[in-house]
Amino acid sequence: MATTLADDLTPLHHPKTWIGKYVWSLDHKVIAIQYSLTAIAIGLVALVLSALMRLQLGFPDTFDFIQPTQYLQYVTMHGMIMVVYLLTALLLGGFGNYLIPLMVGARDMVFPFVNMLSYWVYLLAVIVLVASFFVPGGPTGAGWTLYPPQTILEGTPGHQYGIILMLVSLALFIVGFTMGGLNYVTTVLQARCKGMTLMRMPCSVWGIFVASIMALLAFPALFVAAIMMLLDRIAGTSFFMPAIISMGKELGYEGGSPILFQHLFWFFGHPEVYIVALPAFGIVSDLISVHARKNIFGYRMMVWAIVIIGALSFFVWAHHMYVSGMNPYFGYFFATSTLIIAIPTAIKVYNWMLTLWRGDIHLRVPMLFAIGFLFSFIHGGLTGLFLGNVSVDVPLSDTFFVVGHFHMVMGVSPILVIFGAIYHWYPKITGRMWNETLGKIHFWITFLGVYAVYLPMHYLGFLGVPRRYYALGETAFIPDSVHLANQAITIAALIVFVAQMLFFWNMFWSLFRGPKADPNPWGATTLEWQTPETPPGHGNWGPKLPVVYRWAYDYSVPGAPRDFIPQNEPPADEQHRS
Amino acid sequence: MAVAIVIALLVLGSIAFHLFSPWWLTPRASNWGSIDDALMVTLYICAVAFVVLNLFIAWSIMRYRNRPGHSAHFDPENTKLEKRLTFWTAVGIAGMLAPGLVAWHEYVTVPKDAAIVEATGQQWQWAFRFPGADGVLGSANISHITPENSFGINPRDPYGRDDVLIESNELRLPVDKPVKMVLRSKDVLHDFYVPQFRAKMDLVPGIVTYFWMTPTRTGTYEILCAELCGTGHHMMRGTVIVANERDFGSWLSEQPTFGQLMAEAETGGAQLARAVAPGANARGAR
Repeated sequence: MATTLADDLTPLHHPKTWIGKYVWSLDHKVIAIQYSLTAIAIGLVALVLSALMRLQLGFPDTFDFIQPTQYLQYVTMHGMIMVVYLLTALLLGGFGNYLIPLMVGARDMVFPFVNMLSYWVYLLAVIVLVASFFVPGGPTGAGWTLYPPQTILEGTPGHQYGIILMLVSLALFIVGFTMGGLNYVTTVLQARCKGMTLMRMPCSVWGIFVASIMALLAFPALFVAAIMMLLDRIAGTSFFMPAIISMGKELGYEGGSPILFQHLFWFFGHPEVYIVALPAFGIVSDLISVHARKNIFGYRMMVWAIVIIGALSFFVWAHHMYVSGMNPYFGYFFATSTLIIAIPTAIKVYNWMLTLWRGDIHLRVPMLFAIGFLFSFIHGGLTGLFLGNVSVDVPLSDTFFVVGHFHMVMGVSPILVIFGAIYHWYPKITGRMWNETLGKIHFWITFLGVYAVYLPMHYLGFLGVPRRYYALGETAFIPDSVHLANQAITIAALIVFVAQMLFFWNMFWSLFRGPKADPNPWGATTLEWQTPETPPGHGNWGPKLPVVYRWAYDYSVPGAPRDFIPQNEPPADEQHRS
Repeated sequence: MAVAIVIALLVLGSIAFHLFSPWWLTPRASNWGSIDDALMVTLYICAVAFVVLNLFIAWSIMRYRNRPGHSAHFDPENTKLEKRLTFWTAVGIAGMLAPGLVAWHEYVTVPKDAAIVEATGQQWQWAFRFPGADGVLGSANISHITPENSFGINPRDPYGRDDVLIESNELRLPVDKPVKMVLRSKDVLHDFYVPQFRAKMDLVPGIVTYFWMTPTRTGTYEILCAELCGTGHHMMRGTVIVANERDFGSWLSEQPTFGQLMAEAETGGAQLARAVAPGANARGAR
């Protein structure tokens, strides 16, 4: 593909109509926005579902329309949408699409048409998912892990059609993602501008790049699991189904293994955690560096940590299965591998902290979110050690401790980064500035609110309160204070919920009324801030591709006239010559 | 500036929450002190990391915030510092992993003298089986299940005749005797979970799973299902009563064996056949 590599703009096929520009667009920036808006829209559905779930937990016997069936459907769809359709799609499809070509100095993705197709297949997957709310029996309520046999049996909500649509939607998502993922990887490898060596790439690109490779390797496991379960459900095969007597009836299945599904699911599911985390790690590195006016501390170590985490994350999946009934001797291996992965992860945390250290910290809204991320990620990362440490997992698994842990580490943490990133790049994407006060209020309510929601959950988990319970009922070891805690958590969650409307209002209002943004308002070094136009036009760079002379982190270089040197600024002696 | 203070306060608040939280591990009623110990070691190491890291962040923000005349250092990397940090992290990790693995080793090593007790799950109830005088459970399979033989015990297996069957949600166990809980499911995944015992394990249809423990305190505890099993998941409750040896023995001797139930079913069946016969004649007479 000459388009992305050459200075020549003609092969880019500039769109001639409005539809060509904004709907069937081949421009990575438009596709990024399509991905992001779709992901945020479906994410809002998941947010509403979580509010309904919290209403039931905080105030049981109050809402007649929430029965166990509905409750489990909320739990399931909330989890699946948030993990796959929001976080994965937004971080890779949204940020990956927007940032990769701009940050590596390319005109577009290497395969623009396939990139467009990727979005439309993703949209189809979302539509199929939403359709499952409207079929008889409703969406599946099997839990986002979709563990068989219950997933396709009577007694589980949505076992009729909901589960079929869920599996089809997942398969479509993976097809769509594969088209995007191949693009992201190929573009990083093949379309970098002159001078952009791999070790000069910003951490954001590294995070998205490694996450895309991981996703290409991990999603196929989910794909085959979805197809096999679909066959079990429709064609009567027995991949995951042993002989079963369900509700007094003997079913025709025989010889399948429910645990096989769990292995396939978590072989995808654990890398998935890092598929979401690594782009967030990369992006937050850049946010911290830019707003602390200091190079990311230990860049080489940061890059290697991303690569090592990515590789190790394929060897830890069964830590989700310590009490699943798999061979218990696996526990030794998976506990050890899981705790080893904490070491490169800890190095990343240290280096973020050491970037703040001796920096010149500007506490603007994106930086506030980045700092909020550090706090929530330290918390969520440390509680992960409890659950990874095999025997400690035994009392804690399937309790609210797990709910608190994974929401801190892969819900709250990446979401805080996403908010920070949206505030950070909004001026480049739209050409306008958002309202600082609204942004700060949004940060404070969100940051403090989520901690009020999730910290108590860990302690409910220590006590042994089980998760995925429609109602706790009368249980001797659960004191009344737990019900009080559940009410408080629900109220905090609803406040956080409402505070998100401030964000949407701020983004929407600023789009039309926000002051014109400076092309490089934060004084950042990376290429996306050096485009000739803001927002960047089709082809990104005008007539000439940029040339890179330095790494992405020349902040506060001694002797330099400003506290940053853009990547495409030639060294002083070369400037002299030209 | 505010964010530095808030982070420091959140650290203090978290410690206070921990100290004053009314919610903590239930009083333990089994031998799994080693699990609690591994948990506490993990907690303390993590707590130190949590406090130190966050206070360092708060201090850095405070000390190095942007203000007139302040500028950042140019500080690309410090391999020595990074190596040192890696080393101490590895020490901390090893410090919590060691007790964790030791406890796991105990958890997967069932003592030879452990008594066998079987728990069976189905949507949404529990049932239990003791092996009887021979100490061996009769083989069982879904295909043997009939209305009279709800456990699916193989009627031809001699080990099965003396198995003691508890067709209710209430299990009793003797105190201070190690038990190997053998777990079976007829339909979907379930999980045998008694918070006070600390131990838990999934029930998986098609295979037999297990864990072991020694109940150490007499009393009544609730059994919860800890693996999502459908709309009745939250109502799949049971009770386990840990009793002294004598009470347990007399309770167990009152429970029916599989052999007795089969015999009753046969005589009951014969009676039923006789009872039906006149009706059939009457219909024939009409």
